[in-house]
Amino acid sequence: MSAAAASGAASGGAPLLEVRGIDVYYGDVQVLWDLTFSVGKAEIVALIGANGAGKSTTLKTISGILRPRRGEILYGGESLTSIEPYDLVERGLVHVPEARRLFVEMSVEENLDLGALRGEARKRRSQTKEEVFDLFPRLRERRRQASGTLSGGEQQMVAIARGLMGLPKLMMFDEPSLGLAPILVQEIFNVVKRIRDEGTTVLLVEQNVRQTLAIADRAYVLETGRVEMEGSGQDLLRDPHVKAAYLGL
Amino acid sequence: MSAAKIEVLLQTLISGLLLGGLYALIGLGMTIIMGVMKIINLAHGELMMVGMYVAYLLFAWAHIDPYLSILVAVPLLFFLGVALQKYLVNPVLKVDAILPENQVILTVGIGMVLANLATIIFKSDYRTTPVDYATKAWYLTDLWKDSPIELSLSFPWTVSFLFAVGITAALWFFLSRTDMGKSIRATAQDKDAAMLMGVNVERMRVFTFGLGSALVGAAGCLFLPIYYLYPDVGGQFTLTGFVITILGGLGSTVGAIIGGLILGVFESLTATYVGMGWAPVGRFVVFMLVLVFVPGGVASLLRRRRFGK
Repeated sequence: MSAAAASGAASGGAPLLEVRGIDVYYGDVQVLWDLTFSVGKAEIVALIGANGAGKSTTLKTISGILRPRRGEILYGGESLTSIEPYDLVERGLVHVPEARRLFVEMSVEENLDLGALRGEARKRRSQTKEEVFDLFPRLRERRRQASGTLSGGEQQMVAIARGLMGLPKLMMFDEPSLGLAPILVQEIFNVVKRIRDEGTTVLLVEQNVRQTLAIADRAYVLETGRVEMEGSGQDLLRDPHVKAAYLGL
Repeated sequence: MSAAKIEVLLQTLISGLLLGGLYALIGLGMTIIMGVMKIINLAHGELMMVGMYVAYLLFAWAHIDPYLSILVAVPLLFFLGVALQKYLVNPVLKVDAILPENQVILTVGIGMVLANLATIIFKSDYRTTPVDYATKAWYLTDLWKDSPIELSLSFPWTVSFLFAVGITAALWFFLSRTDMGKSIRATAQDKDAAMLMGVNVERMRVFTFGLGSALVGAAGCLFLPIYYLYPDVGGQFTLTGFVITILGGLGSTVGAIIGGLILGVFESLTATYVGMGWAPVGRFVVFMLVLVFVPGGVASLLRRRRFGK
């Protein structure tokens, strides 16, 4: 596993995202314990683990919806402690939230517009929109439709497309395959891989462990708010503990 | 049905629609605040009263037409709303120990303070703006000499209605076509998701409270030429706004427009066929019927059509 860690560091010099020893609480209940991990440029890094392991909490903390009581988060070398959550998109840090969280009463196109409200993304809005429509042709056909009337798979595409509208450098996905038919799950994973191949760094939270590890460069296994293991996707796929606990083998 | 009866019915419907258009403007302000803040602003009518006094003072001092006063009342009420939200409502919203239902009580208090300040400053006298077009009207027989029935269209009511329609159209354009408007709607639908899109939710709340206040301030200017003014006039309009907001479906702008028109027509019908004094009773009959049979209001009916559920 030391080889895997080395490859992470080697892939892009200084990591794009560094989470350093954060403790996070919901009220008085501690859910993350001294959590440390990093994401290098153009990597796909996955956080896997059971329900309640703290995966979504980690993403919410990076997005500033929750604040750590201890520890620090560095993004592009800059500490996120004093940055307002609504200023993160403009820095290229985009969070595609769990359960899609579309603006269901608004059209597909309005949802996409909201993904590009500020800065460079706003200037290039119509151009980026054409690009995401090329990536998801079905959304172009349905651009005027209320997003809440779309199927689950299409809604996930809108959520990803809306994230891409912000011209992300680091894109965080929270369970993008949740509740989708197997054929769509594969499609979503292909899209995630494609996004990385075009140069965007990906932090992926998933319960679909086998497919996640298959595309992840590195992964961290979270258990009850702590990092229990880390390694390359391939190593973890072969690991006896991961096999027994997450792959049912 | 005799011609005379048809005449009465049509005249009643016309008055109802004109009143409804103005009601819609009151309801719109309340419903957008409801949508973004998730609280009913029970000082809404009192803010309208402030708008009416602004227009009244400008008329009394400088003989400025109440319709022109919109240009003064709207920015003034916007900043009043912004200040109320920033310095009174927001600090209370941040206290977890206060349940959201209880934050509404703060708005009741704001309303009381405004009404009592108005009493101190202006005394409880009834006031009007005697504009020279107050009784002017258009008649159907002027246009069509042989018309079997006679209908009239009051000049100030019509102008007020047209202004209300214009302001509503401008609001619609703002909410549906501009980034700021879309951000407000996004905040109303899912504030955390809006924040992830880069929307400054706090600022949207402040702005929306200002916008809602500005709308009802404009409504105040439109009501002044056709109504009378006294410090407690706001209470009834708060209730009207509340009924419209429930009728339309909490937070729905289209619902508020339809709700306002329904309420206006219903009140007008009650006044004609049951008796002048019964109009407020009609208002609450509608309110009760909606709560019992369509608890989600007009918006829930529209949604059912759109989403098929």
